[in-house]
Amino acid sequence: MNSRTLDAIASFKQNRLAVTGLVLLCAMVLFCFVGPLIWPTDEIHTSLGDTFLPPGPGHPLGTDDLGRDVLGRIMLGGRISLIVGVSAALIATSLGALYGSLSGYLGGFVDSVLMRIVDAVISIPTLFLLLFMAALVTPSIGTLIAAIALTSWLVPARLVRGEALGLRNLDFVRMVKVMGGSSFRAVTRHVLPNTVSTLIVNATFQVADAILMIATLSFLGLGPRPPAASWGGVLSNGLQYEYSGYWWLIYPAGLAIVITVVAINLIGDGLRDALSPRSAR
Amino acid sequence: MTRFILRRVAQALAVLLIVSFVVFGLLHALPGGPARAILGPRATEVAIAAFNHENGFDLPLPQQYLRWLGNTMHGDLGFSYKRNASVSSLLAETVPRTLMLVGLGTLIAVLIAIPVGLLQGVRRNRPLDNALTAITFILYAMPAFWLSLLLIDFFAVRKGWFPPEAPSGGPLQMLANPSGLVLPVLTLSLVTIASFSRYVRSSTVEQLEQDYVRTARAKGLDSKGLVWHHVLRNALSPVVTLLGLSLPWILGGSLVVEAVFNFPGTGFLFWNAAQGEDYPVMLGVVLVVSIGTVVGSFLADLGYAALDPRVRDQIGQS
Repeated sequence: MNSRTLDAIASFKQNRLAVTGLVLLCAMVLFCFVGPLIWPTDEIHTSLGDTFLPPGPGHPLGTDDLGRDVLGRIMLGGRISLIVGVSAALIATSLGALYGSLSGYLGGFVDSVLMRIVDAVISIPTLFLLLFMAALVTPSIGTLIAAIALTSWLVPARLVRGEALGLRNLDFVRMVKVMGGSSFRAVTRHVLPNTVSTLIVNATFQVADAILMIATLSFLGLGPRPPAASWGGVLSNGLQYEYSGYWWLIYPAGLAIVITVVAINLIGDGLRDALSPRSAR
Repeated sequence: MTRFILRRVAQALAVLLIVSFVVFGLLHALPGGPARAILGPRATEVAIAAFNHENGFDLPLPQQYLRWLGNTMHGDLGFSYKRNASVSSLLAETVPRTLMLVGLGTLIAVLIAIPVGLLQGVRRNRPLDNALTAITFILYAMPAFWLSLLLIDFFAVRKGWFPPEAPSGGPLQMLANPSGLVLPVLTLSLVTIASFSRYVRSSTVEQLEQDYVRTARAKGLDSKGLVWHHVLRNALSPVVTLLGLSLPWILGGSLVVEAVFNFPGTGFLFWNAAQGEDYPVMLGVVLVVSIGTVVGSFLADLGYAALDPRVRDQIGQS
């Protein structure tokens, strides 16, 4: 690890909010991945005798319209949210980084065309595009990751392109051409490594956005299909029975979303402060 | 300025052209091709061939594209067999309602977010700023649908002050019966305030660190005069761009709010179409919201350039 990385870690550790975010996120990961081992629930079979049970001894957060344990559903829903969120963010960031750095490095006409494509796709509101894709194919974890990645590579592409435009004129990048290296080599070996801090910060926020998107899609009935559980799915159940006073269908799942997203955003803010050269001074 | 406008118009047209490619591509990405998707899985081969011939889907792709583009430009966005209505008539009915919802929500959001963000920027890192930051940070992480559920639970179910469903009728009839509009507009405003006020705050903080602020202070201007006469205008001009950039996001928020409150707007139409696999309607809505976004960000850029001469010089030259 070089000294800049160590500096960044030290600065992140001193940021109380960022550390709080990290602790919250770790707690959420434990809850979603280890929780079901400690509190195993049957989320596959419906049990119509136990519908809408209020929180009590057998069901700490009550049951839903099909008699399934809400606590168990929130843990499993969180698993899907985190897996899809992290995978989609990784894919989107890699795609965007490659696209943006090539565009910025090549410059000129190619850059104009590539960036107009980004402008065009970005002006199609993401939620509409995602709902369209969800209507085309039966949503599964794989298709959700693909759909969210396909709609979120645009922002990292723009960010990296901006940095690549500046980097391409620096001597160490120009040297690659002089020494006979290919554009691909210049981009992957010299441009991209210098955009890593931007990418890390953006990828963090992408995870939060992706989690909100999955929740929204599931809420709108176009998320992962049963028996897969989702936070948005629990909440749409809550909306259906809004006048019945089943508060345990409304509050816990929503809180889980907010806690996760707040935690990730806090980490993202902390990383930005730790990695940006301005605060390093 | 003329040069700036011309450049920006050319850019917007290029973007629209690519948007049209994307939507045309989506039309052909439909499962089993457009005919199968529109006529349904039980349509006979003969019916599909007849449909393809009638609608020109048996022509070479470039010719199909031109034909489709021509139809679109004449306002023919296809026909919804599921609703037995033309897509353009469905849009004509719903777009004004969505415009009203988005317009009202954004207007209220801007009117609240600007003073809040400005106050936070001026009182940076004091208790008031920290409290407001915490509130907006949590609001920002809140999905619009959960926020509307909480508002419904409190204001409609517990207190019974406002109905949990949007009123019906055209935009004017809706405005005549505003109690049903309160919760949808409030939801949309709150999520928008969360992101806008953060932006205004950081924009204000950035302006307060500029040299001209130090000069004005050195010349004896008090904080009040400084903020009102110098910082405000400079901190606000980026907000115009923000409005343009946020449009796709606000339209997405509007879709969610419309779905929760059964608000009969374009988002609701799209949501129903997505559930019923009514592809002509979906494609028509995607096209119209995208054009709306392109035009919106174009207008926002013009507004920004009108407010800030540096921007138009920069873009006019590059």
